[in-house]
Amino acid sequence: MPKKYYVIEVKNLTKSYGVNKVLRGINLKVERGTMLALLGPNGAGKTTTVRILSTLLKFDDGLVIVEGFNVAKDADKVRSVIGLTGQSAAVDELLTGRENLVMMGRLYRLTKRSAIARANELIEEFDLVDAADRQAKTYSGGMRRRLDLAVSLIATPPVIFLDEPTTGLDPRSRIAMWHIIKNLMANGTTILLTTQYLEEADQLADQIIVIDGGKVIAEGTAKELKGKVGKDRLELTFADDKALVAAQKVLGGDVTSFNQKEHSVTVAINDTNEDIKRALDIISKKKIELIAMAVHKPTLDDVFLSLTGKEKKGEK
Amino acid sequence: MAVDLEFETKPKVVLAFIDSLIMTKRSSQHIIRNTDQLLGTFFQPIMFLILFAAVFGGAISAVLPPGVSYLNFLMAGIIVQTVAFGSTTTAIAVCSDLQKGIVDRFRSLPMANLAVLNGHVISDLFRNGISTVVMLLAGLVIGFRSNANITDWLSIAGIILLFTLALSWLSAIVGVLAKSVEGVQWLTFIIIFPLTFASSAFVPTESMTPILKAFAENQPITHVVEAVRALMLGTPANEHILMSVIWSVVILGVAIPIASWLFRRKTS
Repeated sequence: MPKKYYVIEVKNLTKSYGVNKVLRGINLKVERGTMLALLGPNGAGKTTTVRILSTLLKFDDGLVIVEGFNVAKDADKVRSVIGLTGQSAAVDELLTGRENLVMMGRLYRLTKRSAIARANELIEEFDLVDAADRQAKTYSGGMRRRLDLAVSLIATPPVIFLDEPTTGLDPRSRIAMWHIIKNLMANGTTILLTTQYLEEADQLADQIIVIDGGKVIAEGTAKELKGKVGKDRLELTFADDKALVAAQKVLGGDVTSFNQKEHSVTVAINDTNEDIKRALDIISKKKIELIAMAVHKPTLDDVFLSLTGKEKKGEK
Repeated sequence: MAVDLEFETKPKVVLAFIDSLIMTKRSSQHIIRNTDQLLGTFFQPIMFLILFAAVFGGAISAVLPPGVSYLNFLMAGIIVQTVAFGSTTTAIAVCSDLQKGIVDRFRSLPMANLAVLNGHVISDLFRNGISTVVMLLAGLVIGFRSNANITDWLSIAGIILLFTLALSWLSAIVGVLAKSVEGVQWLTFIIIFPLTFASSAFVPTESMTPILKAFAENQPITHVVEAVRALMLGTPANEHILMSVIWSVVILGVAIPIASWLFRRKTS
């Protein structure tokens, strides 16, 4: 059996600024054509990790391999296979969108003809046709990010780093950006994305790594991570106190919490359909008057907050 | 993918050279599109020329060698002052690139990183060359006359461009070290301003106090001014041409490695 090949492989990566340990042994692997999201609060070490992986920052210890090249030894080779879209859109404001694309293409070592042709293609693809020959300083935030991402794709690198690509964008621009990122994934590009937005990781990523304080504190798919904080919950609301007491009695050990004021109980459920049906059967058999029901799935927010411990959850 | 991409296959040295050309084109586009700065580049020196000639002309003529008008005396000084102040544009450009994310972008590309500095320095050279020509034309309009022949003019161009190049590399160091663009302006002001005024750019050094005179006569700006002035007026240039070249080459020899080292250090 051949060894599984990872496009990005990071082992025990550490980085300190003086006594301040920013990364305390990060491990991660990304398979070809998949997206890994690095999720974490401000200051967790997301940007530091991306800067190291994209050759912008030296690290203290550990191993970083991108497309088979050792970042510490072959920075130039790594640079020719990656594209980077940073937090602040790094485009030249005095140049037009087209000039930015062609210039960066040339610096990626594309021939003049290829750079011009590819720039035209990206201008179409990223909906920048009308703005292409205007200076980038006249662009809106969303257009600037699109141009920034287009620039990092000019030489179609197989690996893309997206450092908080939608931070500060309005919802419409964010959705447009997600659409573009999904297209990239469909083309087989390997992507490492950092984000503070759980929804973003949930929507886009195949794998998620939660980091905090320079350490990986959880990893898995969105579904697996949600499973870690808890099961789905069924919330049943009854007409009055009498019904509530009766329900608590018949549901017995399944009840995980109740709310006297709302006359409601919460039941943990494993297999959503079966457990809901069973609970409702018991209630209706005893003719207890039910006025509302709702199924709550744990959100990545729950995961995030419970894992990073930044905020204690009030309920349950 | 509709477009088949072709990559350059030239040797690394050639590619690094192309990178510098690309960066020079970029910096030149910046200069042309930065309209406010562009106007300043051309009008400020012309304003200085006219003001100095009109305000100091009468007073200073008395101490000038017989037959030399203040305007003819001033021309070399004002040109050197202009390129000295003009070279600070490199510092501003380098600093503002470092402040924005654009340098990170360049560094993530397989390009020669120092091309960023080369681009700013070379485009600055073009701009200073053009503003020197504009100054000379303005001077001719208001009565400047020269005895220089074509060889003299080529020497003048060579001395000025070499000195500008040296100052721009010094300026690049300031640009890398400065924490903000405002800081750059202050720093260059307190270096360039005293150097140009404590020289023979605007007045003969004979009238200065002994200490100031000793300083003025031995600093590079005076040598460059005296060399250019002698070539323009057809008077003996003595050691000034040689000293101008030596100063410029020494500055380049020190400033290029320091600027490059600082730039690499700052960006890694």
